[in-house]
Amino acid sequence: MSEAASVAADTLFRYVLRLGDMSLVLAQRLGEWVGHAPALEEDLGLANIALDLIGQSRFLLSYAGELEGNGRSEDDLAFLREHRDYLNPILVEQPNGDFAHSIVRQVLIDAFQLALYERLVHSSDERLASIAAKSVKEIRYHLRYSGGWLVRLGDGTAESHARTQAALQSLWRYTGELFAEDELDRSMCGHGVAPSLAEVQTAWGARIDDLLTAATLQRPAGQAHAWHGKRGEHSEHLGYILADMQHMQRTYPGARW
Amino acid sequence: MQHPREWPLFEVFVRARGGLDHKHVGSVHATDTRMAIEHARDLYTRRQEGVSIWVVRSADIAASDPGEADSLFEPARDKVYRHPTFYDIPDEVKTL
Repeated sequence: MSEAASVAADTLFRYVLRLGDMSLVLAQRLGEWVGHAPALEEDLGLANIALDLIGQSRFLLSYAGELEGNGRSEDDLAFLREHRDYLNPILVEQPNGDFAHSIVRQVLIDAFQLALYERLVHSSDERLASIAAKSVKEIRYHLRYSGGWLVRLGDGTAESHARTQAALQSLWRYTGELFAEDELDRSMCGHGVAPSLAEVQTAWGARIDDLLTAATLQRPAGQAHAWHGKRGEHSEHLGYILADMQHMQRTYPGARW
Repeated sequence: MQHPREWPLFEVFVRARGGLDHKHVGSVHATDTRMAIEHARDLYTRRQEGVSIWVVRSADIAASDPGEADSLFEPARDKVYRHPTFYDIPDEVKTL
């Protein structure tokens, strides 16, 4: 905490929430596949990734709760926040669509998380650095899984290629938000807590280009973005996700396993 | 006979830790070896059961015919002298 101590706790709180919410919301989406994936083995594969992501969000939300200092636990933050207090990028809350759609979303996020966490390992904030060191191994596997499927589908049959390209076309517009730096990002970067998003974007773009080439897919043009999930302005989808995820705690407050 | 739209079956072998043999643990469906290893990883090593995985297409395994068991395995039954049970093991040897 030496250098990071100069960062205001409430600023760091919001940044850690961004990271935690990205993992949590994506995990919830992946969980929807359980029982519906194309094969039993894929059910397990997607559920395993979802569990990794929930694990990451638990570490991050617990840390966020400590930073906030109001005694909120990881569960309080996950189950009792309103959707406008969620700070995940819009991309992770996009509906699953068909399998190709979910795989494309997964590749775009996995490559982003990998580029980001590879650098967060060197964060001036020790707690964040240690969470990143643990998570980066998981994320590397996630990209291996999703990237493998991207190549298989893109370079597969005419139909799988068309569906994958269509998914890429429809999801690409949400990637701009990942790299749009705002004051919070700049502050984190300035204190050495987080890398510059321009650097993350370069690393992300190189990996994505390699995968798209192998998958014989076309990189869509432009990453225009008018979305601000990172500031709590969400699409209508997040409300449904949270209703699903939070109804138990809201109906039976304090219920435990 | 395998349904044409079903993914091929792979047999999975897992090494529990360095120095041990790979042991057969089960099978997974997959379209290729890379996917088979991923499925095997998710299915058979999620509780730290292994440090290495082998997969091989089930169709590529040649097996002995149970109908030939008599001629293949029966002849070994009465050849007890092949077991190293006729040696006196010195007390100092602990790990034999």
